[in-house]
Amino acid sequence: MNRKSIIAYPYVIWMVLFIVVPILLVFYYGFTVDTGAGAKFSLENFRRFFEPVYLMVLLRSFALAALSTFICLLLGYPLAMILASKDFERKNIMLLLLIVPMWMNFLLRTYAWLTLLEKKGIINSLLSALNLPTINIIYTTKAVVLGMVYNFLPFMVLPIYTVLSKIDKSVIEAAQDLGANSLTTFKKVIFPLSLPGVISGITMVFMPAVTTFVISRLLGGGHYKLIGNLIEQQFLSVYDWNFGSAISIIMMIVILISMGILSKYEEVREGGGLL
Amino acid sequence: MDEKLLELVDVSKKFDITEALKDINLYIRRNEFVTLLGPSGCGKTTILRIIGGFEQPTTGKVLFEGQDITSLPPYKRKVNTVFQRYALFPHMDVFENIAFGLNIKKIPNDEIEKKVKKMLELVNLSGYEERTIDSLSGGQQQRVAIARALVNEPDVLLLDEPLAALDLKLRKGMQIELKNMQQSLGITFVYVTHDQEEALTMSDTVVVMNDGVIQQIGSPEDIYNEPRNVFVADFIGESNILDGIMIKDYLVEFGGQKFNCVDKGFGENRPVDVVIRPEDVKIVGEEDGMLTGRVKSVIFKGVHYEMLVESQDYTWMIHSTLMEPVGKMIGLNILPDDIHIMAKGRRSHE
Repeated sequence: MNRKSIIAYPYVIWMVLFIVVPILLVFYYGFTVDTGAGAKFSLENFRRFFEPVYLMVLLRSFALAALSTFICLLLGYPLAMILASKDFERKNIMLLLLIVPMWMNFLLRTYAWLTLLEKKGIINSLLSALNLPTINIIYTTKAVVLGMVYNFLPFMVLPIYTVLSKIDKSVIEAAQDLGANSLTTFKKVIFPLSLPGVISGITMVFMPAVTTFVISRLLGGGHYKLIGNLIEQQFLSVYDWNFGSAISIIMMIVILISMGILSKYEEVREGGGLL
Repeated sequence: MDEKLLELVDVSKKFDITEALKDINLYIRRNEFVTLLGPSGCGKTTILRIIGGFEQPTTGKVLFEGQDITSLPPYKRKVNTVFQRYALFPHMDVFENIAFGLNIKKIPNDEIEKKVKKMLELVNLSGYEERTIDSLSGGQQQRVAIARALVNEPDVLLLDEPLAALDLKLRKGMQIELKNMQQSLGITFVYVTHDQEEALTMSDTVVVMNDGVIQQIGSPEDIYNEPRNVFVADFIGESNILDGIMIKDYLVEFGGQKFNCVDKGFGENRPVDVVIRPEDVKIVGEEDGMLTGRVKSVIFKGVHYEMLVESQDYTWMIHSTLMEPVGKMIGLNILPDDIHIMAKGRRSHE
């Protein structure tokens, strides 16, 4: 044992207390059922999850998260390109505008959308004052997706921006020199080289989007259930910790698999990401 | 050989307030090996980028076979570039890098394969098709970059200090290979370097530049033997530059002595710069020399000794295969042919 490992002890203790023990507890609850006479090993919780009701929740969570991630990518990539271009003078202001909302509390930001989107909220008051038809998307899928995109967009833009601004400008010139117009240069050189950033971005948006329960509860109303809400419900209202733990384990496995696939792809493409 | 393939007419370039190029007039003939030579920041790379289409001149025109191509984007020019740090595509292997230009031109795959193979042979990299770029050494990357440009059979190949990152031995080898390639392929090369030796070894024509202005255009021999001004004399090889007075045609005075020379037309009793190459100063016995001096230092340089000799009012640099001991008084002689006279005040503009 050398001195270096002594310095690591606080972190090891921290990890054991707050990461390893909780995960073990989750596994303990997930693989047992409460029989009244004490806990008993069982796979019942997992079997229960494969009932159509719950599978639908899982499917809906993935579909919504995927849709939000896709919209983030569509909006975020061009934004990252603008930010990364050398001639863009107000780059720092734009970056700041992108980051400042992240300094504010997540809940607060989502509540803000609630006031904006409400039936008699700020947007609709404005619209009716201008004699325009009002919009009515609060407590719908649209509102949930909007909330996700709004909250997670910076996580898409920043990694792509970082990768794009690191691309050697002469490589782009080389492509043009060899006969590639702007579109071909983008398709064959810029986009492939930015893939590590895209993959980081997708991961960083998809993970929180698929597990969120705050956005869906606030903007989706009580009746819009995602996997995050389901887990929250098991722990906080139904008190079925065993089933809640089982769903958590399933989510963990699904996320691990998708991260594995993504990072495999990233390895091939080389470059640094977050995984 | 006399056809002007590429021509820059009154080209100047301003970056914000700094003038990178001033009134550049330059033409390049077909199959010529032209080198743009000068210290860093002299504008040589800017000229290359204007020819490549990556920069627009502030004023002036670029003509290609007589056609104005000034505003043509890079991908429409029949010119390819070997970039300074190669700029290979890191996400493609060697084959894909070289085939990039051909793929864009939608050339059939079997033909692409044939051409790439031939190119790899030319640059001695056969069998490297599937290697990744970061597994190659600097010299190999350099060859891939050359192959990637040459495979498109450009009319003009632009090379931006392509050998700067290589070690001396490799650089010498590549100089010869590049020259051979240029001759066997019959492609016009425009080569940028700050290395005067490289310029003299490889070029048909050398364009010496300083401060955005062309100082002299000529064959390597002209540039070396007949430098047009003090800057060129100083930049190409080493020189002794003295203040002198042109007494009359064919007679110049410097170092307190009158010398016969081969220059004329400066007028009478005009102050001039006298340029003499270190290897043109002959060492003789103290009493036989037109000038005398004391040996101050001797450095062995391999082929020759480099000596500093202190005379009355000037310290001479002398290259000689024979060594004289430090402290010895020696005589110096200079032949009329080796005295180069330059008018004062032509240091950078002309």
